[in-house]
Amino acid sequence: MMYLDSGNRPAITPQLAFRVAVIGGFALVMFAVIFFRLWYLQILSGDKYLADANNNRVREIKVQAPRGEILDREGNVLVDNRVGHAVKVDPDDLPGAERERGVLLTRLAKTLGERPRVVIRDVEQQIRIQPFLPATVKQDVADDAVAYLLERQADFPGIEIEQVFLRSYPHEEVGAHLFGTVGEVTEDQLKDKTRYRGVTLGDRVGQSGIEYSYDRFLRGENGKRRIQVDAFGIRNEEDPLHKTDAVQGRNLRLGIDLDVQRVGQEALGSSRGAFVVMHAKTGEVVALGSSPSFDPNIFAKIIRARDLRQLSSEANGKPLFNRATQAGYPTGSTFKLITSVAALEGGLITPDTPLFDGGSLQVGGVTFKNAGGVSHGSLALRQALTVSSDVFFYRLGLAANNKGDGLLIQDWARRLGIGRLTGIDLPAEGAGLVPTPEWRNELFKQKLTDRPWSVGDNINLAIGQGDLSVTPLQLAVAYATVANGGNAVKPHLGKRIEDAAGRVLQEFETPAPRKVDIDPAYREAIMDGLVGAANAPGGTSTAVFSGFNIPIAGKTGTAEKGLGRPDQSWYAAITYPEDPQYVVVATDEAGGFGAERAAPIVRQIIAALYDAKDDGPETTGRVVD
Amino acid sequence: MEASAFGTAVKGFRDESAARIVRIDVLLLLAVLGLMACSIYTIGSATQDDIPGDPDYYVIRQAVYAAVGICLMLLLARFDYSRLREMKLGLYGILLGSIVLVYLLGAAARGSKRWIELPFFRFQPSELGKVLLILALSAFLIDRIRRLQDRETTSRIMLLALVPAIMVVAQPDLGSGLVYLAVVVTILFVAGTPWPHFAALGGIAAAAVTIVLAAAPAVGVTVLHDYQVDRLTAFINPSDDPQEQGYQLNQSITAIGSGQKTGRGPDDATQTKLDFLPEHHTDFVFAVVGEEFGFAGAALVLSLFALLIWRALRIMTMAKNLYGSLLAAGICAMFMFQVFVNVGMTVGIMPITGVPLPLMSYGGSSVLVTFLAVGLLQSIHVQARETAAAKGRELIV
Repeated sequence: MMYLDSGNRPAITPQLAFRVAVIGGFALVMFAVIFFRLWYLQILSGDKYLADANNNRVREIKVQAPRGEILDREGNVLVDNRVGHAVKVDPDDLPGAERERGVLLTRLAKTLGERPRVVIRDVEQQIRIQPFLPATVKQDVADDAVAYLLERQADFPGIEIEQVFLRSYPHEEVGAHLFGTVGEVTEDQLKDKTRYRGVTLGDRVGQSGIEYSYDRFLRGENGKRRIQVDAFGIRNEEDPLHKTDAVQGRNLRLGIDLDVQRVGQEALGSSRGAFVVMHAKTGEVVALGSSPSFDPNIFAKIIRARDLRQLSSEANGKPLFNRATQAGYPTGSTFKLITSVAALEGGLITPDTPLFDGGSLQVGGVTFKNAGGVSHGSLALRQALTVSSDVFFYRLGLAANNKGDGLLIQDWARRLGIGRLTGIDLPAEGAGLVPTPEWRNELFKQKLTDRPWSVGDNINLAIGQGDLSVTPLQLAVAYATVANGGNAVKPHLGKRIEDAAGRVLQEFETPAPRKVDIDPAYREAIMDGLVGAANAPGGTSTAVFSGFNIPIAGKTGTAEKGLGRPDQSWYAAITYPEDPQYVVVATDEAGGFGAERAAPIVRQIIAALYDAKDDGPETTGRVVD
Repeated sequence: MEASAFGTAVKGFRDESAARIVRIDVLLLLAVLGLMACSIYTIGSATQDDIPGDPDYYVIRQAVYAAVGICLMLLLARFDYSRLREMKLGLYGILLGSIVLVYLLGAAARGSKRWIELPFFRFQPSELGKVLLILALSAFLIDRIRRLQDRETTSRIMLLALVPAIMVVAQPDLGSGLVYLAVVVTILFVAGTPWPHFAALGGIAAAAVTIVLAAAPAVGVTVLHDYQVDRLTAFINPSDDPQEQGYQLNQSITAIGSGQKTGRGPDDATQTKLDFLPEHHTDFVFAVVGEEFGFAGAALVLSLFALLIWRALRIMTMAKNLYGSLLAAGICAMFMFQVFVNVGMTVGIMPITGVPLPLMSYGGSSVLVTFLAVGLLQSIHVQARETAAAKGRELIV
């Protein structure tokens, strides 16, 4: 059959030959399959796999560009950058299983001195939203922790230490409300392709304040580094394959004067209030502050929710709230400027029309009294402004209500900038409110108030009480408009763009003012009245400005808040009223009479503005307005 | 004939020794030496950074294994393999004993092991077992060669192979276990086992695979570990599990593909250098060849294996006795299975089984055992040539 002998055999049998041939054929087929497979992988698809291999090892790392600095008008640095280290984790290199990831993040959190639960929650949330981008574990990590992590990269797979530029505010609370914050761009923002051209997810952009308004200039151009990574996620940082340097953003110079800003803020102290210093003719803002203030350095890192709550709480006075541009208040007698313009232009009176102030005015069974119940007798506009006769203006309010559509004061208020956005280069400005019959009647119809519009509302409006809501900045614009003879200026902070060496790259033009027709004779009469109020015997703020060597005109205001709350103190001043230079407005929500609190603040601010040595008023007489 | 050959040996050891060396298969020798050279060059370039401060750790050891292996091969070539037939029981005993010894040592160390720690290297009995099994099975089969048609013969031989195979799989060393099966089937096939027996074996194998992969896990019996099943099935869809087994496979395919025509060169082979390619000096050494030297390098290595297999097939047909033919068949099966499964694994058309690439993969046991196997092939060749010469008949070289 097979072999007769299992030992020697003479020749190969056909069966053996066949079976060996089968094995040989099988080998041939297998070699052919493998060769075709190799051909397919290496020759036909080689380019694809080469690209895959390079993707495997090359990581592109964004090099954050530092933002430009923000400078005051003298070149003092208000906002600059500080180098910090952020610890991030790359989801690609993290363990896939959630439990292993938790163990790693717990270890990392302990190293960084953070609470593991919070870190895990934050990181997992970031990865859910942006699965392909490194998630930030901690924004500002101490140097020794960074050194520790760098030495133990292998123990922390996927960890990245990124150099980040954090905003730094050397003057802390001074000017805090102007600058705003910088934060990572949101997906919604990226849909705006013009504003955020060149910005990619994960970049930090201005999110509020000046950082937002001038983001286009302050934002730099990010650089790139392509580096090699091995299978364990260890990066070869020293020797990048390719590198594009980051370009720092441009510097922004503001019209702000740091000294004036500081003086204003110190004068307000811990009170809740605001101040505005503005060029009367151009609208350039020299100082603008709100109190209480906060230290914006807290926003350089990722802010803790608890801190944010405290900075927004009513009990703490909502430090984040910018009272100068966002808060609307009744302005008290400072509003008489607007009533004066309306009455003159509306033909209710001439500058010399005498009206009788008997200490009170009875309208429809309601008695409107002068503050303090004094009687000024017969007086014309100039004197009425100087002594701040309420009855004089009650009569104008009554007359305005009965003339035409009854909106004379409201119309002029709007013309002078009350109840409308000033257009300042800060986002989130408040518009305020000028009460009208239509507005109140609508509220009444919706049962949101207890009574419809009455003549009393207009009488109250004439002296800046009641439902009126004006931001300190709007009041400054109104005073500037009257002082400069009819240019409703647009307040602005930004002056010019500079490079790091201080060379001017772009000068911002003064925004064109809105024209308001005011008869020069009327303007002169009103200015006379305001000069008298600050200088003449019997003027409401004469005592405050006694011995002050800078010529000013000014008006006090005391807004009644009702319900047993203290009165709000106001003062609006114009320096060099003949040829007006600055408008200064200050308010303290609980300061009492205008001459008591706001006027001395304005005096301090003006002294700083002109670098005048000033020991303050000799007496702070209790003058009633 | 034997007597005269023996007489020559008595006459002068030098003459005989020289004659035997001349009668070795030169092409087979060239193929083996060529593969060894490729292995040392590839491992040398791939493992430069693997052990910090000792860039030549692997290449020096591989070179030493190669040198010892070549000596073993040449010694064995001079020895008449036919005498090993009588030692079948002893060889089979060593095979089982060494596997059991690994178990005992492993149990003592409280953990599973596949090797025995020796002063110089880790001896892996399952590797040596491949050659021992070939020697023993062929001998057992010769004993029953007249009853080849009996089902009992086939089942006995299968059983003799299955016992060590299952023990090895349980070690766990799935790859070696499968090599044992490939070897026994090929030996039976070459010996002339009737086709119906193979059909039956195929049916049983299909049923076994079904039970092991599907039925047994369903009723909660673990035959293969989960990771072994994962490895076996990963090649079907590597992206299912890019973290584990699929990851290895994807990285291997990427490495080979990125080599393109002539390779990226040892310095720029980033898949290997940056450790994306796992086990690049052992199981995935062929992917290193593919990445560093491209299609050209891979084709050269495959051609050397083709040469080796061709010579093994040829030696199968020219052996002086059936024992030689069966030995050559087993060795040929061992090579073919390991080459096709290993290379197929690296290019993504075969499951991941942990089979080393003979002569190419780093590892003392594998290299030495492979040289032993090649030594046996040479011995069969030398004996065939001597027999033919004694008969006065020239063999066509």
